[in-house]
Amino acid sequence: MHLMWFTERQYHYDPEEEPGRSDLLEKQILRNRSFFGLPNQNFDAETGSMLLNQYIDEKVYSEDLGFDGLMLNEHHGTPFCLGSVMDVEAAVLARATKRAKIVLLGNPVPTVANALRLAEELAMIDLLSKGRLVPGWVRGAGSEQLANNANPALNREYFEEGVDFIIKAWTTPGPFRYEGKHFHFRFVNPWVLPLQKPHPPIWIPGLVSPDTVIWCAKKRFPYIALATQLEPTVELWNLYTDQAAREGYQAGPENFGYLQPIFVGDNQARAEELGKRFLYGGAFAHFARPEWMFPPGYNSKEATRRLARLAAGANLPGKPITDVIGQESDEEIEALRQGVYATYAKTRDQLQMIAGTPDYVIPRIRKVLEVLRPGIFSFWLDGPVGAKDRMRCLELLGKEVMPAVRAMGKELGLVDPFQRKPGSVPLAAGRTAERVAHAESLAASVG
Amino acid sequence: MAGKDSVREENHSVGAEQLVVLKGGSGKPLLVLHEELGYPSWMKWNETLSERRTILTPLYPGFGRTPRAEWISNIRDLGSFLARFIREQGLAPIDVIGFSLGGWLAAEMAAGDPNLFSKMVLVAPAGIRPPEGDIMDMFTVPALVYLRESVRDAGSVTEYAKLYDGGVSEAQYEAFEDARAETARLAWQPYMFNPSLPHLLEGTVKSPTLLVWGRDDRVVPISAAAIFQKSIKGARLLTLDQCGHRPEVEKSDQFIKEVQSFLG
Repeated sequence: MHLMWFTERQYHYDPEEEPGRSDLLEKQILRNRSFFGLPNQNFDAETGSMLLNQYIDEKVYSEDLGFDGLMLNEHHGTPFCLGSVMDVEAAVLARATKRAKIVLLGNPVPTVANALRLAEELAMIDLLSKGRLVPGWVRGAGSEQLANNANPALNREYFEEGVDFIIKAWTTPGPFRYEGKHFHFRFVNPWVLPLQKPHPPIWIPGLVSPDTVIWCAKKRFPYIALATQLEPTVELWNLYTDQAAREGYQAGPENFGYLQPIFVGDNQARAEELGKRFLYGGAFAHFARPEWMFPPGYNSKEATRRLARLAAGANLPGKPITDVIGQESDEEIEALRQGVYATYAKTRDQLQMIAGTPDYVIPRIRKVLEVLRPGIFSFWLDGPVGAKDRMRCLELLGKEVMPAVRAMGKELGLVDPFQRKPGSVPLAAGRTAERVAHAESLAASVG
Repeated sequence: MAGKDSVREENHSVGAEQLVVLKGGSGKPLLVLHEELGYPSWMKWNETLSERRTILTPLYPGFGRTPRAEWISNIRDLGSFLARFIREQGLAPIDVIGFSLGGWLAAEMAAGDPNLFSKMVLVAPAGIRPPEGDIMDMFTVPALVYLRESVRDAGSVTEYAKLYDGGVSEAQYEAFEDARAETARLAWQPYMFNPSLPHLLEGTVKSPTLLVWGRDDRVVPISAAAIFQKSIKGARLLTLDQCGHRPEVEKSDQFIKEVQSFLG
């Protein structure tokens, strides 16, 4: 089993040290109904510098604790994530760490105008890290298209062509000319090529878009579900497994990964209090306003049809919430905040956040593993929590939770992509594929 | 009077592609090029003009009813496609009214083929970069906000609720998203203008042209009108007070009178 550590590297203030600033920032995000687009006059460079360094320190420490992978991601124009150019952090980690994989989930290919430059950046990171890079690709959230002026109507075309091109640039002897639909290069001959051959292993993260899941199965790329609800995730695993069968292979745990929001502390009540901060500012629900999440043409026709059915609901694209923005009283914002935190019990009960002592979290992680059976598993901590509590969380994860999870992985046969190459188990035509996820375990009680 | 129910839907083939055209009224043909949110419905001005004219409204590929044409990737591609339809139907020269993106489309078509149109009415056309202000970005706001911003004061426009049949049904939500996606393919960058258009219009277009603009247009700033006038010799500018981006519904009586008088 491949165990990773992840954080969005949020811009925040320590609620214990700077309660006023922390509170004000949260209210601004709530008032904006979106992390994305919060005016950058609210960015304090001193704080940003401190946090970015702190997040690098955490990654280095997590390697010391024995994590297998250091997972990074990228978002633009938002306090939700300070990693606006993730490859820069990856380059730092390439030199600051020695053993762990540097897992990029993922580079938003459609927003990068020059895919050849991306191929070169990643090759350099692979060389500097001595072959520890695991690149991944994403379409980028809708808001990233606006932040980078990438045409959302062409997003999937850019994504698929860009990924194919990067692999081609790494594996086809140059120089060669490339005339694609959206990318055109008259001289492809990157001198700096990845250390791993034929190219670094590629993993793809996602939020259960069926199109992406099927694409991954065709390409034999492991698919990492980003903290999605368990039941739809099982359905998507099945979709992947069925597509894999059509491609002639049996999918296994090595084809799947899962990102689990978590907070571990020494005291149950305190850990839950800190875990609850995961919902700060509306959490993922306020990642960006609907009209920024779904810019024109970003969604497939099917996804648009689903949204159309919801369009009459609150906070969805058919209903312009822009009308209320900036008009609400402090009391209304406070009520909104209370409403956000009131969802915590549901979040906890659905295992969308597991917060507590090691004894509390271990059986709950087991339940997730029994249902989804992923070969890749990443712990995710976010929300405004001070550096000391974050480091203690990491320590407890590394010293107490991780050994237990490793033992479970062994017991449940959760092989990872380094133990068994994804797509390497042939499945004879006409044979029914075995399901990887265990939907029947969903109903079982924890412990 | 030709009511909404009299509008017929015709399916045409243009090369390998399809084109759905709405046809209403009777008399000499009049081409109507719709805006970026799609076909907004059969309004009072359509009813009145269709008493003496056959109004032809092609629904652009990708805007819902007409399937997407994969190769159409900019406004000039779309204009050339529609010009082929007009030629093949033996309609040229034809009078045209274009609204917003449709006005830009008409201007591109005229620049490409000066014999296509007999008379042009361009209603708050996009297509030329306004010297003052920017064209409002439809891609960062919901369709309904863009629609509301297109009039000076939605509450005082009698026909506002008729636009896009109220704009709130599931089907209309999908239609708006289709229109927005196709507009993104056509006009993402530079947004809603073509830097070469003023140069291509200059000395080319001979068709008598009427520009209609609301003085309070928040979508396409009226400052662009001067560039259109400079580029199209003899173009007359009709400016309407207390009016936004939709003179045809905000000031429909005056719009109808002026357009009828201009088209003859």
